[in-house]
Amino acid sequence: MIKQLFPIRHVMGYLASLVLSAAALIVIYGDLSHAANVVVLTVTAIIQASLQLFVFMHIGESADTKKELYINIAYALFVGLITLFGTLFIFVWGWYA
Amino acid sequence: MDLEKFKVHGEPLIYGAMVSIALATIGILVGLTYFKKWGYLWREWLTTVDHKKIGVMYILAALLMLFRGGVDAMMMRLQTAAPEMKFLDAQHYNEVFTTHGLIMILFMAMPFIIGLMNVIIPLQIGARDVAFPRLNAVSFWLFFFGAMLLNISFVIGGSPDAGWSAYFPLASLEFSPTVGNNYYSLALQISGIGTLITGVNFIVTILKMRAPGMTLMKMPMFTWSVLITNIIIVFAFPVLTVALALMMFDRLFGSQFFTMANGGMDMLWANLFWVWGHPEVYIVILPAFGIYSEIIATFSKKNLYGYTSMVFSMVIISLLSFLVWAHHFYTMGQGVMVNSFFSITTMAIAVPTGVKIFNWLFTLRKGRITFTTPMLYTLAFIPIFTIGGVTGVMLAMASADYQYHNTMFLVAHFHYVLIPGAVFAVIAGFHYWFPKVFGFRLNERLGKHAFWWIIISFNVTFFPLFFLGLMGMTRRMYTYSEETGFGPLNMLSFAGAVGLAIGFVLLVYNIYWSTRYMPRDTTSDPWDGRTLEWATPSPIPAYNFAVVPKVKSLDPFWEAKQKKVSLFEDKITKIHLPNNTGKPFILGVIFFFLGFFLVFSMWVPAIVAGVGVIVMLAAMSFDQDHGFYVSAEEVIATEKKLRGETV
Repeated sequence: MIKQLFPIRHVMGYLASLVLSAAALIVIYGDLSHAANVVVLTVTAIIQASLQLFVFMHIGESADTKKELYINIAYALFVGLITLFGTLFIFVWGWYA
Repeated sequence: MDLEKFKVHGEPLIYGAMVSIALATIGILVGLTYFKKWGYLWREWLTTVDHKKIGVMYILAALLMLFRGGVDAMMMRLQTAAPEMKFLDAQHYNEVFTTHGLIMILFMAMPFIIGLMNVIIPLQIGARDVAFPRLNAVSFWLFFFGAMLLNISFVIGGSPDAGWSAYFPLASLEFSPTVGNNYYSLALQISGIGTLITGVNFIVTILKMRAPGMTLMKMPMFTWSVLITNIIIVFAFPVLTVALALMMFDRLFGSQFFTMANGGMDMLWANLFWVWGHPEVYIVILPAFGIYSEIIATFSKKNLYGYTSMVFSMVIISLLSFLVWAHHFYTMGQGVMVNSFFSITTMAIAVPTGVKIFNWLFTLRKGRITFTTPMLYTLAFIPIFTIGGVTGVMLAMASADYQYHNTMFLVAHFHYVLIPGAVFAVIAGFHYWFPKVFGFRLNERLGKHAFWWIIISFNVTFFPLFFLGLMGMTRRMYTYSEETGFGPLNMLSFAGAVGLAIGFVLLVYNIYWSTRYMPRDTTSDPWDGRTLEWATPSPIPAYNFAVVPKVKSLDPFWEAKQKKVSLFEDKITKIHLPNNTGKPFILGVIFFFLGFFLVFSMWVPAIVAGVGVIVMLAAMSFDQDHGFYVSAEEVIATEKKLRGETV
């Protein structure tokens, strides 16, 4: 009973995301190579994002809304990637120089 | 503490504004006390979670902001009416055009549309309220106090003055040292969070709470447009949230995201702003398309032509709206490849928009058209918006844009798109749905008078700006010399602005006149409507539908009237409704103070207010309020009173 009342999953998720955020600080305070920094950021970011999706946003909880879920994720990826690569396209690859 | 920074000096106009704000506030407070309306105000409005009342409050706030933004516009037109005018100085002019843009887009067009959404969407889908009624109240109060925060900037500390797009480096602490742009980042942030919550709320409402039988492809077009709009809100607003947060860090805490030193990049602000800003344009335009679709179908007595293509064109517009943002800064320095890409995507948007225009025209074809006030606005929208759209395609050509960029041609273009696209739509929707909410129509004669004033004056005001732009007049210049030859056309434009003002005064007078003298509508369906909102009695009872309707087709109410069958088959049972709550209002007030203290970097009070926000959020999370039930007998009695018969 007490186990159900206490949101252990969410508390653990919260702590984990704090740890991940702190771990990413290695990039600033540590003395790693550029490549290693990028790896650290990418790995922590991916774990962080999936943590949010699975623990706090209840992805995969209900089976009947799978289609809407995938449409949503596709749309989010579309907007996110467009913004990211569009910005790179404007300021880096396509910059007039 | 240094009181100097609160003061705004020098201008008799600002002192006038201070006095009028103070007098209005005192007037409202005294009036409320004298008529003993404090309790009524608190019980019926400030604590309400009813989507209809929240919608009405949104619309009232939007009308108020329309007049604030309108006065800004008049001041600008007066200042530029003749060469070397001395009405406003450069600084004051900068503040006025900045707040005009901010208020008209974020605190007039958006809340007006969200207000109509609030009133109509649950009714159109046969629901009793939105999915999260309390969250809806939170949305409203965050928007409202965000708007108030921006409005007080005019008299306390100074308004933002770097344009509504607040481009860096101009908007940075180095070049705009006043608190104006602090107000910008915080007021927009607070109301932006409210909008984001609205987005989530309405997506859930539309996807989950439709009446049985209403499949996605049987939804009314306004509901479709609102669904797509809210999806755009949910994906676009986080970009603004992040950009504003970075701006706040830059201005308050000395970070260097958008400065030109220490690895900062000023142009990244313009980039992020328009990644949000372009979808924002469609956030205000798409619901307008929905409103027009409803009105055209109703007053042509036909179902909407090309329903499926309407839906798909909106979906395509929503995707394309995220692919065009760089067309706002073709001249910033990116190469030919980038500009060509964004040029092509921009022109592509004209295709689905064209599909919609043709669908409306084909709906009108062979229809039995009645020329009511909302229909007149709709019919005027089609040609005027097309002029706006075609000049938009002219601007979309990157190489030609080097000529038009930042001239009055652009100003004319976006007013030609936004005023028919958003303002006419909300006015049309306002006239159309007014009898649903208040139980009587607005006077048609006065409405048409206002319409002709507005339509003609609109063109007189903004058409000359196309030519001024081509003659080389840039936007945002506060005065010009006589030799430029800009004088006569600017004077013409000012004359148009006066006409517009008369039109809007007539519109408000119509509300006053109709409230006093218009006969009450007893049919609850004054326009011979097609969709479910007209199946409820007017004014609408708190629970909307005594019995949840069963939907079998598009335009279910029309179908039911034709076949003389009832939409309501079930028996009346008890109805579950949410309780009112004062917490969203209090949360809004605390947010207002948090914003205000942050604007002036008053850290200790800001931290106190910040803790207050967290405490309120926690209190709302642990709320154990399960609402109440209206008994079946009570529902039957109410229905009898409203309809004169049981359902």
